[in-house]
Amino acid sequence: MESLKVRTISDFVNKGEKPDILFWVGSAGSFDDRAKKITRAFVKILNFANVNFAVLGEQESSSGDAAKRAGNEFLFQMQALMNIEILNSYEIKDIVTTCPHAYNTLKNEYSDLGGIYNVLHHTEFISKLLDEGKLKLNSKLNFKHLTYHDPCYLGRGNDIYDAPRKLIDALQIQFTEIPRNKRNSFCCGAGGAQMFKESENGDFEINIVRSREALQTNADVIATACPFCNTMMTDGVKNLEEGKTSVMDISELIAECL
Amino acid sequence: MQIENIIFILIFVFAVSLFVINLRKIISNIKLGKDIDRSDNKRLRLRNMIRVAFGQSKMFNRPIAAFLHLLIYVGFVIINIEVVEIIIDGIFGTHRFLAHIINENLYSFLIASFEILAFLVLFSCFAFLARRNIIRIKRFFGNEMTSWPKTDANLILIFEILLMFAFILMNTSDQILQSRNIDHYITAGAFPISSLIVPFLDHLTTSSLIFIERFTWWFHILGILAFLNYVLISKHLHIFFAFPSTYYANLNKLGKFDNLDSVTNEVKLMLDPNADPFAAPQNQDQSNVRLFGAKDATDLNWVQLLNSYSCTECGRCSSVCPANQTGKLLSPRKVMMDTRDRIEEIGKLKDEKDNKSLLGDYITKEELWACTTCNACTDACPINLDPLSIIVDLRRYLVMEESAAPTELNNMFSNVENNGAPWQFPAADRLKWLDENK
Repeated sequence: MESLKVRTISDFVNKGEKPDILFWVGSAGSFDDRAKKITRAFVKILNFANVNFAVLGEQESSSGDAAKRAGNEFLFQMQALMNIEILNSYEIKDIVTTCPHAYNTLKNEYSDLGGIYNVLHHTEFISKLLDEGKLKLNSKLNFKHLTYHDPCYLGRGNDIYDAPRKLIDALQIQFTEIPRNKRNSFCCGAGGAQMFKESENGDFEINIVRSREALQTNADVIATACPFCNTMMTDGVKNLEEGKTSVMDISELIAECL
Repeated sequence: MQIENIIFILIFVFAVSLFVINLRKIISNIKLGKDIDRSDNKRLRLRNMIRVAFGQSKMFNRPIAAFLHLLIYVGFVIINIEVVEIIIDGIFGTHRFLAHIINENLYSFLIASFEILAFLVLFSCFAFLARRNIIRIKRFFGNEMTSWPKTDANLILIFEILLMFAFILMNTSDQILQSRNIDHYITAGAFPISSLIVPFLDHLTTSSLIFIERFTWWFHILGILAFLNYVLISKHLHIFFAFPSTYYANLNKLGKFDNLDSVTNEVKLMLDPNADPFAAPQNQDQSNVRLFGAKDATDLNWVQLLNSYSCTECGRCSSVCPANQTGKLLSPRKVMMDTRDRIEEIGKLKDEKDNKSLLGDYITKEELWACTTCNACTDACPINLDPLSIIVDLRRYLVMEESAAPTELNNMFSNVENNGAPWQFPAADRLKWLDENK
């Protein structure tokens, strides 16, 4: 694999340059082994399309989403105000992120605290690159049949249903919707800081229920667009059928076709 | 004026006064909630109210229930024109007052449409009873659907069935009396439904028919006045409160949670190097000190309390809730019902205090921590109620006032605090993903 070209914001500043957009990698994208692959796939796409982007690197910190959903408004606002200070000091206007949770928080919840940015989810950004003719896709996928799980914070939370489906269209592959899709999508079980705790007692695990629904489409690959959904669905699939079906981020599928 | 009219006027005034007094009690309970500004975007709010409450747009995600519900709704609204006539007749001792002042054909058209609607309402009510008691649709059951909520639902339907039966029987006897040219029973109206029952009552004597006509007339109007007051202690209150609830509903993207201003002030103070940590907070008004989050129903805002009174316990929220559907204790419908029960209880206490609170005595931690904040409940609600905001406000109290989050979440918090990520990785490693090219 060719090496990825990534520059930090301080590198831009040192050379007196400005990026066109900031890639908010997110804590999952920086530290979670599975999510790191998504980060790299997205950077591969950014590099292919010659996007002039920066990352915050060591200056990035948790968006505060998990703290806020768990009820820790103090911690959330501490994180938000610190992040806003950094983002504003670099005069960042445009942000893209691979995480629907960071997307939602940065776009909707930072604005009232003085952080007003034009935030795009990576599925929106990639779909823009496709429109602009900056990506040439050759179907090199080694499987035939795809389904897609709508992340809550992208779908119901922010009404983004078309951008990921547009990318799926561009993959030119057989696609089956999970019966509960778009507005009616069933949560993977990770939101609201559930990712970081054991679930309460019940009859089933949420991710197993959702993974079963996805597997019933008989797709070879379950696509999603959120690092947390990815983890939950991967675990669910492993539990149900020992992982014959893989769970991929849409950006990984696009990157494979470059 | 006869004694009959005086009795009618007395009962009518009593029923309406009782309704107003109890409605004002509910409104004053709602006003126990904290202030929240929802005076913005009036046009959009009005449009939402017309679309969602008046137009029932969100009901149609479940077409069968929506269709049956629409019949009852249209029937309810339109048949109320007839109630106006009944009240006028009751006060002045007239009979079919409207027939004297409007065009004969129009009057016949009105009465005919009331009858057809009454028939459709009957059909829907029986269908709804069957859905609840014979087909036993799953969302009508659940831990929170104890005996009163179930009885309430059936009572509403039985009430409506009796009212419609009385209306149809009244018209049946009335038209036979009309055909016999009995004094007072003027020839007016068209009776597509009740005419079908005429053969069964035709053999009765005139005095029996007058008795049936008078009895059903009184039963119908007394039933309506009783129902009017019953609505205030029932989930059926949604027929009024669906309108303000949709008007004052959250207009933001569902993913956006409110930022607590009280916290913003504190955090800004903490981050400001020039702030004097010992300075007394400004505008310190002890009576106005707000908790971080909500412990009791009075810590919620008035829109949340209005929501709780508007909930008709249809269970669409819980039927799509990932926690509820996988057998966890959490049920968004229960959150709404508990909130209403608690604010009712507080309202009855007047100025006394009990040792109870919404959090703990009604809603347990286990329920609150099961929520994934996925917004399926808020999206599913046909009148845009927001149980999620109540769940989050209660969580905020648990975390910020009681430090009572589950251990794993406390670990996550300290990771975010210490190294800026929910996991225990140092910020210095934030670019390591780059070196791991495979």
